Formats: sequence, structure tokens, C-alpha cells
Amino acid sequence: MKWARTTAIVFLLAVSAACLLANFIAPASYAHQFRDEPNAAPSRQHLLGTDDLGRDRFSRVLYGTRVSLLLAPAAALLSSLLAAFIGGIAGFAGGWVERCVMAGTDLFLSLPWLFLLITVRALLPLNVSPIVSVLITFAMLGCLGWAGAARIICADAQALAQSDFILLARASGSDGLRLLWRHLLPNLKPILFAQFWISVPVFILTEANLGILGLGVAEPLPSWGSLLRELEGFSSISGQAWQLIPLILFILVVSSFHLVLTKEELPI
Amino acid sequence: MRARPGCRMPRWGDITTLSALPKLAAKILVTVLIGGFLGATLMRLAPGFGVDEEELDARLSAQSIQALRATREADSNLFVFYFRYLSRLLRGDLGNSRTLQRPVSQSVAERLPETLKSLVLGLALGWSAGFLLAVAIVMSRAWYLDLLGSLLVGVLLCLPAAVLALLFVLAQAPARLLLGLVVFPKIFRYSRNLLARSSALPHVLTARAKGLGNMRVLIWHILPTAAPQLLALLGVTVSVAFTAAIPMEALCDLPGIGQLAWKAALGRDVALLVNLTMIVTLVTLVANSVSDMVGKTFRVSET
Repeated sequence: MKWARTTAIVFLLAVSAACLLANFIAPASYAHQFRDEPNAAPSRQHLLGTDDLGRDRFSRVLYGTRVSLLLAPAAALLSSLLAAFIGGIAGFAGGWVERCVMAGTDLFLSLPWLFLLITVRALLPLNVSPIVSVLITFAMLGCLGWAGAARIICADAQALAQSDFILLARASGSDGLRLLWRHLLPNLKPILFAQFWISVPVFILTEANLGILGLGVAEPLPSWGSLLRELEGFSSISGQAWQLIPLILFILVVSSFHLVLTKEELPI
Repeated sequence: MRARPGCRMPRWGDITTLSALPKLAAKILVTVLIGGFLGATLMRLAPGFGVDEEELDARLSAQSIQALRATREADSNLFVFYFRYLSRLLRGDLGNSRTLQRPVSQSVAERLPETLKSLVLGLALGWSAGFLLAVAIVMSRAWYLDLLGSLLVGVLLCLPAAVLALLFVLAQAPARLLLGLVVFPKIFRYSRNLLARSSALPHVLTARAKGLGNMRVLIWHILPTAAPQLLALLGVTVSVAFTAAIPMEALCDLPGIGQLAWKAALGRDVALLVNLTMIVTLVTLVANSVSDMVGKTFRVSET
């Protein structure tokens, strides 16, 4: 499946490049309304037509993809770092520290993901700008998504802490922090890398769910959630097939993220 | 059933199962108490806490408003607030919903059966479809079936539950089946990998080499090895299904607790949301614990 992985990476790079260059590629701003042309069909001026407010759909897809592709990896990085910190310390320290941390992790894992997210979202102030709302949404995902990864990292850190090279390092006088920083964390890199890549599509999917429910990024800033929300007004596939393009792009991007990891790197 | 070395069907009367019950119940209780404290903290810190619409009544004098505030003053201490919340909880009083203007327990009692019905149907559908497809692929070793299954699962894993719900509305399909579609890919992927790993074990290969039929190999050699991990997945799928119930019920207009949670989130009704989260957490914890316990029983009986 090496070809599938290469294709997925190339596709992700191409989409990321297009999104980063959205300012130059997009024919209009994501918020600009062409008031004479609401719900327009694809044309030379509007490649994917316009939405019900007359905004160019192609531009919104580019900017929305940029929001999700930049912030989902940032949230995944945040959750991976939290998982590394919490799981690494618990696994390395062992004993009551590990038991307490893992009990907290279990509690966190028992909480239903989306219920918790919408509860936290409901606590946040209403009068925030779209940029702040998008940052809050992804920061929330990053802060709440560490528990599963922390458990895996804790188990790995525990196994590493009992390995021969750590025993040797201890015997040659390395203290706790040095052991953690120089010997344990570098060996946890592959698992952290896998957790990072697994988290990215999960966060993209969760943001899309929140966006469709009206609890994600605030208008007029587009994100995949708000773009897919347009499907609510979709009545027939034959008449408005171009409206499905954001959904197809979404599926392609998320599946590309799934294909980036090899079978060996994926947990069972 | 004939007893064979290395494999014995589990019995519910096993000492290990019974002795684990009190520990498990204590674990669930402690988790719920801590979760409840976190929930109460969220409610206490929520914007608008301590503000009552009654205070806006122009007919009330300053003294009356002061008296109203004094009744809520005790709640300003988080621990006192939690103690009161807990004692109300023990009496079955979950408080009042601000958006629905009625007791939370009443709304939950009305809506929980709806969600549980969808959950049971969805889990039954997802488990039977996912597990049977995985078994068919592993036992037949047909590459085209594997490819077809992988493609279908790949697409389903890339679709948010909310998009599936919108597509169900568009196709006017029965919404309750949606949960089955959400859990199916997870069960299929996990079961296929697990069964494939089990079928490559030396004792399975020996059984095949000795000429045992596919069915016998599956039932006597592959399934007992994979059963504990498969059972552990049951608890996880309950949590996944509960999560997917929010978009399903909100977008397909099913009156369950998912829809209630969505309405509460839109109306910023934190008290209702926290109580719903607690109830769902409790159900998920019980499902996880039961599946873990059954899985452990399998492990004990295997050794």
C-alpha cells in the first residue's frame, strides 16, 4: 500500500498548498456577497456556484479547508503534547502517581466526547468574534482529546522504564528528569507521531459535527462544518450535484489522513 | 458441550466474576461522584449562575430581592453547593431546566427510552453487520470481499455522523438505522484485524493442517482467543453510539436525549447539559464495566 500512502501525502500537500494560497487563488473573499446571484449554478466567475447568501462557494471551500487543515493539526499537536506529558510522567513514575493519573484518564474516557464538548461550548461567551470562536473550538478539541493517547503512552513509557537501556542509564547515575528527557521521550516519538496522525482526522470530523449542529465556528468564517451544513438545504442530487463537492473533498482529505499511517503504525 | 483443554465456556457463577462486582460498583460510584463534582463545578461557574428571572419582577421591593438572593447565598460555596446538589440527586431531583421550564428528571424519563431504543437497534445492526462481514472475509480469504469491505468502511469512517443524518433525511431513510452505520465500520475494522491475528496463531494453523472445517476452526479456536477483546469493544461502541445520537436525533427530529442535549446547548442550559452528560456517563460506565467483566471471565476460563 505504499502507493496509496504516497498518493495521500501528495494529495494532502496539494490541498494544503491551494488553501495556503487561498488569498491569491480565491476569486472573492469568503464573506463577500454577490447579492444578485444567490444559489447560482457553477459558472466561469463562480466555479462551484454561490450559496444562499450569494457567497462564492469555491472561495469558501478554500478558506474553510484552510481553517480545518491548519487548526486540526494544531489541536492534534496540543493533545499529543498533553498526552505525552501526562502519560509519560504516569508511566515513568509508576506506583500511586500512575494509578491516580490513570484513574483520572479513565474518568475522562468515560465522559461522552460530544456531550462534553457541547457542555463546554455552552459555557463559553456568546459575543466572540468568528476568529476567536474557531480558536476556542479547536483549542477545546485539543484540550479534551488527550485521554486515549495518554493511556497508550503510559503503557509504552512503563514498558520502556523497565527496559535494559533505562536500567543501564540509571546505573550510570542518570537522574529522573534527565532519564525522562534524554532517554524516555525520544523513544516515545513513534507512538506520539502515530497518535498525532490519528487525532487529526478525528478532530476534523468532530469540528464538522459541531459545525453542522450550529455549535462550531461562527459565521461568516467558513469551516468544513459550516460548509457541510449547506447539505441541509439540499433537495435532490441530480439538480445541484456541485453542492456535493465540499463533501467529496472532505471525504478525500479525511481518508488521506487515514492512509498516511502504515498498517504497522496503526493500533489494532 | 464437550470440555476441551485450553478452552472452556465462561460461567457467570465464577468466583472471579462475583468477587469483582463490589469493586466494580465502588469504582463506578467513585467515578460518578467525581464526575458529579466536576459537573457541579461547571454549573457553579457557568455564566448566569445565581441570577434569577424573579429578580426582574418590577413589583418586588429591594428587601424581597435581597431575601431571594439570601436564599441562594449558601450555594456560593462550591462544596456546600455540591453537597446540596448530591442530596437532591439522591432524592431523584435533577433540578429544573431553564430552557424547557420543567424538571430535568421528567424530560429525561420521557426521552431516555427513545434513545435507548435507537441505541439497541443501532448496536444490534452494527454488530451483526460488522462482525459477520469480518468473519466472512477472514474465513473465506476472498480479496475482493476484503477490498469491498475496506472501501465501504473507509468511506463511512470519513463521514461525520451529522452528514450521515442529513443524507438519511434526504433519502427519507429510517433514522434509527443511522447508529448502526456509525458503529459498523469500527466493529468491522477491529473484528477483522483481531480475527485475522487470531487465525494466524500456531494452534489455529495446526487445526487447519489437521483438516478441521472452517466452522469448527472459527468456533473452537479463533473466537475464544478473540472474544475478550471483542467484548471489550462492546462498551466502547455504546459510547460511540451515544455520541452519534446527538446529530441523529437533532437532525432527524427524534425526541431522545441527544436532541435534548442539542437544544440545551443552543439554549446554554448548563444544568440540563451536565445532568445529561452524567446520565450518559453512567450508562457508558456500566456498559464498559459489564463488557470488561465478561471479557475477564473469558480470559479466566481460557487459562
